[in-house]
Amino acid sequence: MSEYVFLYRGGEAGRSPERVQQSMQKWMAWFKDLGQRGHIKDQGQPLERTGKIVKGKQKSVTDGPFAEAKDIVGGYTLIEARDLEQAVELSKGCPILEVDGGVEVRPVMKLNM
Amino acid sequence: MEPSEHLFRHEAGRMVATLTRIFGTHNLTLAEDVVQDAFCRAFEVWKVRGVPENPSAWLMATAKNRAIDVLRRERTARTFEPELSRLIQSEWTLTPAVEELFATSAIKDDLLRMMFSCCHPRLGEESQVALMLNILCGFTVDEVASAFMSTHAAIEKRISRAKKALASSKKLVEVSSISEFSPRLPVVQRALYLLFNEGYHGASPENAVRVDLCREAMRLTALLLEYPDGAVPATYALAALMHLDAARLPARVDDLGNLNSLFEQDRSKWDLKLVAEGQRLLDLSARGPELSEYHIEAAIAWTHAIADCAENTDWENIVSLYDKLVSIRPSPVVALNRAIAIAQRDGPERGLKAIHEIRDSDRLATYPFYHAALGEFELRSGGREAAQEHFRTALALARNPMERQFLTRRINACERGTSLPGVADAR
Repeated sequence: MSEYVFLYRGGEAGRSPERVQQSMQKWMAWFKDLGQRGHIKDQGQPLERTGKIVKGKQKSVTDGPFAEAKDIVGGYTLIEARDLEQAVELSKGCPILEVDGGVEVRPVMKLNM
Repeated sequence: MEPSEHLFRHEAGRMVATLTRIFGTHNLTLAEDVVQDAFCRAFEVWKVRGVPENPSAWLMATAKNRAIDVLRRERTARTFEPELSRLIQSEWTLTPAVEELFATSAIKDDLLRMMFSCCHPRLGEESQVALMLNILCGFTVDEVASAFMSTHAAIEKRISRAKKALASSKKLVEVSSISEFSPRLPVVQRALYLLFNEGYHGASPENAVRVDLCREAMRLTALLLEYPDGAVPATYALAALMHLDAARLPARVDDLGNLNSLFEQDRSKWDLKLVAEGQRLLDLSARGPELSEYHIEAAIAWTHAIADCAENTDWENIVSLYDKLVSIRPSPVVALNRAIAIAQRDGPERGLKAIHEIRDSDRLATYPFYHAALGEFELRSGGREAAQEHFRTALALARNPMERQFLTRRINACERGTSLPGVADAR
């Protein structure tokens, strides 16, 4: 088994309370399913959509948002999968895809030689 | 833990109401933004961590913290109530003041305050209902539009006008003051009645939406009954009417998606729990001399509820109840229903006669079930061609696929010459 990070980008919750709730319930069901199949190493944390960016030798500090709303990383999960192909397959169930968001699937570099 | 059904919708109303009391009605949009923000946080956190033990308290606490941020940020840019403005100027008083405004005892009546405030007398009934759905029930403009089978633009205009009227009222209606409460109570009852009816008889083709509207109307009516000043006989009668009508909802549309009239319905599908609760509420409504239109309508619904089939229904009683209803709240639709009851009691010719006697019948010209009733009575008295003509007119006016299907079946029945035991009333 290898580890992968899912980075969730974009995908606003929307303005309808009913839709927000439905979307949340889809996420919960998705996580539950992944967990039951033994793919979740760490469910991760949601991230605030604001913050600061520190850059360069001058250590210049600027305010977020860092990019277009559709590109902001809203959270991450640490996943265990057989290979990249399986990790990608798992990511396809993510409800963020239904609201114009995306999942970035990144293999965690293996350090043991 | 799974969130309860419609949790966000229901919490939205309570939270907007509380924040509007604190920020003032002119800052309604600000209140809505804070609620939206709290939902986004809940969404992000709960989807990973699960729903907390007490989700309502979590949401309200999140809204409170956000409100403190907003007041701190906006204390110079916006106007708040003089008393609040004074308290939020200093960091020493800001947080304790907001804590107090969010205390459980303070937020207890907020939803009711907002409900009464939405029924602003300057607003038309349709606007009151749209505003209630939007603010109290957390329906977006699009959701209200689909419930009313209207366009986004039309509903947006109606709601934004209604919000302006609400903003101009400066403060929410004080429900603990009987002089503010009592005059508005009948307006609130009427709006709840219309909300329920929109779900029950409305033109929307989407079954799920309709049932949602009925459920929201029942939820808000139950809230009104929790208050001694609101729990008057007419409110009990209103609640009884809703329960007895809602009991028939499972039978209105059959497994094939066909709309079934009261006469065709499989009565074993009626919800007996709702009937029993309706009866209990009806008993509670029978205090004092007041006889409201809701009492009469509930009595009609009750008479249907206890009959095992259309033929064994006490039509005599129903006709006399409609006679009373016509005298309290005359309307062409009520008169049409009365004519249908007369046809059941005295035969189709008498029914036709009663329909032709309806005053203002031109107001029914675009109502499909007016023509359908004419068709049904003609069919039953043997006028097959005339009947078909009426059903065709009705079909051209039908508002959704279910109504069209229903009327097409009636047109076909004319060709076969078989009439249903019942009539076209789609109740």
